[in-house]
Amino acid sequence: MTAPAIELKGISKSFGPVQANKDISIRVAPGTIHGIIGENGAGKSTLMSILYGFYKADKGEIWINGNRTEIPDSQAAIAAGIGMVFQHFKLVENFTVLENIVLGAEDGGLLMPSLSKARKILKELAAEYELHVDPDKRIDEIGVGMQQRVEILKALYRQADILILDEPTGVLTPPEADQLFRILDRLRAEGKTIILITHKLREIMDATDTVSVMRRGQMTATVKTAETSPEHLAELMVGRKVLLRVDKVPAKPGKPILEIEQLRVVDEAGVERLKGIDLTLRAGEIMGIAGVAGNGQSELLEVLGGMRSGEGAIRLNGVDLPLQGAGSDARARRAAHVAHVPEDRQSEGLIMGFHAWENVAFGYHHAPEYQKGLLMNNAALRADTEAKMAKFDVRPPDPWLDAKSFSGGNQQKIVVAREIERNPDLLLIGQPTRGVDIGAIEFIHKQIVALRDQGKAILLVSVELEEILSLADRVAVMFDGRIMGERAVDQTDEKELGLMMAGVAGEAA
Amino acid sequence: MEKMPKWADVVLIPLISLLLAAGLSALVILAIGEDPAAAVKLMVDGALGSSYGWGYTLYYATNFMFTGLAVAVAAHAGLFNIGGEGQAMLGGLGVALICLFIPWPHWTLALLFATLGAGLFGAAWAAIPAYLQAKRGSHIVITTIMFNFIAAAVLNYVLVNVLKPPSSMDPASARFSDTIHLPTLHELLTPLGIAFSKSAPANVSLLVAIAACLAVWLLIWRTPLGFEIRAFGKSEAGARYAGISPVKITIITMMISGALAGMMAINNVMGEAERLVLNATEGAGFIGIAVALMGRNHPFGVFLAAILFGFLYQGGAELALWTNIPRELIVVIQALVILFTGALDNMVRIPLERIFLALRKESN
Repeated sequence: MTAPAIELKGISKSFGPVQANKDISIRVAPGTIHGIIGENGAGKSTLMSILYGFYKADKGEIWINGNRTEIPDSQAAIAAGIGMVFQHFKLVENFTVLENIVLGAEDGGLLMPSLSKARKILKELAAEYELHVDPDKRIDEIGVGMQQRVEILKALYRQADILILDEPTGVLTPPEADQLFRILDRLRAEGKTIILITHKLREIMDATDTVSVMRRGQMTATVKTAETSPEHLAELMVGRKVLLRVDKVPAKPGKPILEIEQLRVVDEAGVERLKGIDLTLRAGEIMGIAGVAGNGQSELLEVLGGMRSGEGAIRLNGVDLPLQGAGSDARARRAAHVAHVPEDRQSEGLIMGFHAWENVAFGYHHAPEYQKGLLMNNAALRADTEAKMAKFDVRPPDPWLDAKSFSGGNQQKIVVAREIERNPDLLLIGQPTRGVDIGAIEFIHKQIVALRDQGKAILLVSVELEEILSLADRVAVMFDGRIMGERAVDQTDEKELGLMMAGVAGEAA
Repeated sequence: MEKMPKWADVVLIPLISLLLAAGLSALVILAIGEDPAAAVKLMVDGALGSSYGWGYTLYYATNFMFTGLAVAVAAHAGLFNIGGEGQAMLGGLGVALICLFIPWPHWTLALLFATLGAGLFGAAWAAIPAYLQAKRGSHIVITTIMFNFIAAAVLNYVLVNVLKPPSSMDPASARFSDTIHLPTLHELLTPLGIAFSKSAPANVSLLVAIAACLAVWLLIWRTPLGFEIRAFGKSEAGARYAGISPVKITIITMMISGALAGMMAINNVMGEAERLVLNATEGAGFIGIAVALMGRNHPFGVFLAAILFGFLYQGGAELALWTNIPRELIVVIQALVILFTGALDNMVRIPLERIFLALRKESN
């Protein structure tokens, strides 16, 4: 048997009192795709950062191709044949593809020889792995999928034999993701070793040969992908049985709650972000907005939530809501019974330096039940917080803890509790489960469905198509500030939606 | 998980910083050939050893409480108000106009309206930079500094051309009427049977300053407005999400801040000088920045820090009077205190956090 491409022996790493990695051992066979799956905060990124030389392990050994290797920095990692494709690309936007590939790997003081050498090598790589990109295009002229290819090419140009990909499909459309996995197959066929870090069970099942599961800093299992199932992996990740599908009865849509007509938004830079949106949302249904991030979904939530102004018309229960000037701010929207769970809970939905009980009042701090004369009734507020924490199982249930001290899932539960418990007519909810662990996802989904079943309208924006397909009743796909089409969730599939997300118009619904 | 207990953050860090500053000051005093121990004794005796010394210490502290609160309130909204000096000057103008041109029957009524007038003038002076920041994006640090200079020029002009009695050569207003003389601590405490120096300038404004500390505490931590101010200061995106108008909060907060700085004038203009003189503020607006830094923007911290700086001012004056230590050295000592308690906060904080973490690990 050949030596493993990577072998980690007893890796441990602590940050202060937090043990991020605890005695982790793993063997990755050469020429395979090895998945690492785990919830947020399970220690996946820390482990990969140790392998790439960003952190130094407190204990443990790294063996590459059977040789003990020290990796004090990323230069050493590159020298050892390790390439990393980060979740957020590290490319210079106004450089060409070729310039980006050479950047940091120039030989000599003159640029021209490096560039022409790189052009030659790039041609060979393209032929070998079917990784075609136009070397003279600027990064800001090519799509996200292409940019990711450039990142992979950068690693290959530096002669990487081992590729680490950190959540590579987060920014891709489904067709782009499929393409990526074809590239990975090809790379494996040429003998490269690939480590794929993800929290999406389906990708693990589709693409990997072996999968390691991490939970709370420990490696809980390594299994052959062919011998496991998504349910089993989820159980290994969370430590208990979880429901992967959302359990819900068919929707019973009622009267229209929200009517949007020709809604336009022009941002601060003068770019038109929404180019005339028409949408109707009924009582008792969940409308999912699908799309690749950056196609106007955020602006749609913000304008509905009163965080930015727009043109056109929106009506709630038949009453016009102003889109500009007085009465168009978030406070007025809340008064009109529109609740909003924002996409970015860390900078918008919560004040991280505030206590939990202050965050429970956030946005509703003028509510009469929180006032006592001219002052705020902090005691009532804390009692209310304790009740909400108990109902939504927020852990630890301590109203005095700062928001930043809670895990992502518990932070999101605080926001969701605050907004849903207001009993709104319309709930706007953006990326409800981003950075949230599986156990909390299950809980939050249940709450959203329960609100729907009370006859409320819910507008769900998510970049996770899977989430929309399992949670929403209808789905509208946004592309470039427009709605490409609307479908009932049970009459469409990922393939059709994927095409619409890429800008291919669907037939009129 | 907090890195260290709250008491360490609030008490231990300022204390260690202060000791470091004192140690370095001692070295400086040694270097110029004086005895640090004698200097400390002289400062303590001069500032705290007699009711006369206390009277001056508390007089200065009253000024610093107002300006310290002004900086602290703005800081909670993430705004750095460096314009306390100018706002206090304008506050002085407000006090002078109210005291000179209205025949008040009694000092209490005069004090009430002088406080309002001082606040109004200070608030108006802060409102202009606030508007420019909120609507035009002109950075408040730059504009408030510039407004200090403009305020000085305005005061100069008004004193020389408007308020100066025709016969006088001194660029100062006429004296205020005796009926609105504010009671000094001597006059307040004598009926209670407590002897207090007759010549010290501390006066009833001290009580107004303490009331202001209390009011600011209520405002910041107990009212919806204070909630909005703190939320805006921690996250502007969050404020927009919660329906808090950045423009409104910036302007209101700066006006409250300016009003507090302006109110200092009831102490120095109405309580002490009893007329408006040139440069009446004597840099108290800037000391307010240090006071707020050291007091962690908390009204109680500001109260304590103001007394500490009052002590440094009065003790420093005594040093200059009785030793060969030059007046400038006092400024050096004050600067060291500011440097260590404000700017070099992390120098003490980070090692201290490590110690606490290590201690916790051992006990686990």
